[in-house]
Amino acid sequence: MIQLQNIVKTYDGTTKIIDNLDLTIEDGEFMVLVGESGCGKTTTMQMINRLVDPTSGTITIDGEDITKMDKIQLRRRIGYVIQQIGLFPHWTIEQNVVAVLSLTSKDTEKNLQVARDLLDKVDLDPDIYASRYPKELSGGQLQRVGVARALANDPDIILMDEPFSALDPITREQLQDEIVRIHDELGKTIIFVTHDIDEAIKVGDRIAVMQEGKIIQCDSAEEILKNPINDFVLNFVGKNRLWKTPDMLSAQDVMVKNFPTIMASRSTAQAIERMANKETLMLCVIENLKKEKKKLVGLVGANRLAGLNDHKTKMTDIMKKDFISVTPETSLTDVINLRNEKGVKYIPVVDEEGLYHGIITNASILNVLSQIMPGTEDY
Amino acid sequence: MIDFITNNWPMIVQKSLEHVSLSFTAVILACLIGIPVGFLIVNHDKAARIVIGAANIIQTIPSLAMFAFAMPIFGIGTKPAVFALFLYALLPIIKNSLIGIKNVDPSIIKAARGMGMTKTQIMFKVEIPLAISVIMGGVRIAAVTCIGITTIATLIAAGGLGDLIYRGLSTFNQPMIFTGALLSAVLALIVDFLLGIVEKALTSKGLKD
Repeated sequence: MIQLQNIVKTYDGTTKIIDNLDLTIEDGEFMVLVGESGCGKTTTMQMINRLVDPTSGTITIDGEDITKMDKIQLRRRIGYVIQQIGLFPHWTIEQNVVAVLSLTSKDTEKNLQVARDLLDKVDLDPDIYASRYPKELSGGQLQRVGVARALANDPDIILMDEPFSALDPITREQLQDEIVRIHDELGKTIIFVTHDIDEAIKVGDRIAVMQEGKIIQCDSAEEILKNPINDFVLNFVGKNRLWKTPDMLSAQDVMVKNFPTIMASRSTAQAIERMANKETLMLCVIENLKKEKKKLVGLVGANRLAGLNDHKTKMTDIMKKDFISVTPETSLTDVINLRNEKGVKYIPVVDEEGLYHGIITNASILNVLSQIMPGTEDY
Repeated sequence: MIDFITNNWPMIVQKSLEHVSLSFTAVILACLIGIPVGFLIVNHDKAARIVIGAANIIQTIPSLAMFAFAMPIFGIGTKPAVFALFLYALLPIIKNSLIGIKNVDPSIIKAARGMGMTKTQIMFKVEIPLAISVIMGGVRIAAVTCIGITTIATLIAAGGLGDLIYRGLSTFNQPMIFTGALLSAVLALIVDFLLGIVEKALTSKGLKD
């Protein structure tokens, strides 16, 4: 676990480049620092391998204060990837991959085997590339080598400073996929700096949006997209972003919360009355639990009430009990698939405890999609 | 001229060797002092300006005057000659060492620091290998310049091929003048060629086009 506490960095004593920053990064987490240039994201990252020392505040790795550690040893424990890659042009690719390893381990044979394995890991054929020089490789291939080099000492932490920003869009996408795959595979803690919110959303477990040396919001991509904490974050992520990623929408975003309900103990006459009132052909049948918690027990459609306009038949007698439901976290895509598969128009949203949250209807899906679709007009 | 060479063969060889040893001693001393100085001043702009400025001034002093200046301190013979030649060799060597290191891509240094290389490791494993062709360029210029200037060292009794030229001039012995002049030129070319080979051998394949 990496902990940054009350970090302040100032060069002239008045302008704070980093302003009282707190950040905790869990083991194995993919943390993205994102913000406009000059917001302090790179400075923050470079404090972790002590390329920059904070003016005040403490940084600990697994509880140990990094200022008490030897700088060189600390850096060798942390992988480092930068935008300009910075491979040694006078060394071959395999020598570059084990650049630091070869300083401590003199077993050349073993080192070269490590280099070949790592090249394999980043999808570069060692038979072709191991003995080439950096000038013979393309930008994307070079940054793959850069990633392999960062892995060479088998570090627990990897710092990546805008690693893919200088690459063309297609190569960038490939490398983003690759780094996510490597992260999943090896479970390293990755701290990734970028100015590109799309990239941040794509790769990060958590995203810290920074502005003027402060972290404005630090949350999962989903949370930042759905509930930006202020206008700065909203504008930074872009208002129309949800449209780009319908996967991010879940059942609770789409459902109608105030859909007409009826108590299970009510009669059919009362149900017909209520349907007429609310202009609906469907009612959710609920039981009240304590503290305003409602449990969904069934659904009643107008067809089930036909010819039963009396006060004896209760909802419990005629309601559909084996209805299909989804949890609030189910993604919209899954909801739509379920609708198609089962041929149902109404899907209630119920959590694990059986508590009622709302219901998804045709109209509610259309409504949400039209809200987030850019450039629509209300006529 | 052929007659002159065949008749005076041992003397010519001896003078050539004197010439080479004078220039080489000076260049090697200049390397030993100049390359480290160049590295030391890389990160100190003010010191760099002073050192380069001083070396520039030395370079503008006429060689004849330089030998004369060295005489009161070192007397006559090889010592003042080597000293004067050393001063001339310094500028290109310091300057090229400085430029060579300065031109190393800063992102490479940044990556090296970030990975946990020490300053010494960065210097010997990264900076010097990357700057070696520029540094060697300075050494080549220094060596060629020194071989040329060494011809004047005869005036302070340091020997070398200058002996042939000046003795030839005073005795109107044209073959003798030509032999001295031609040999010093050929020496300069050979040394430049050999240093070129050394430079090539020291430069990584990854840095060549």
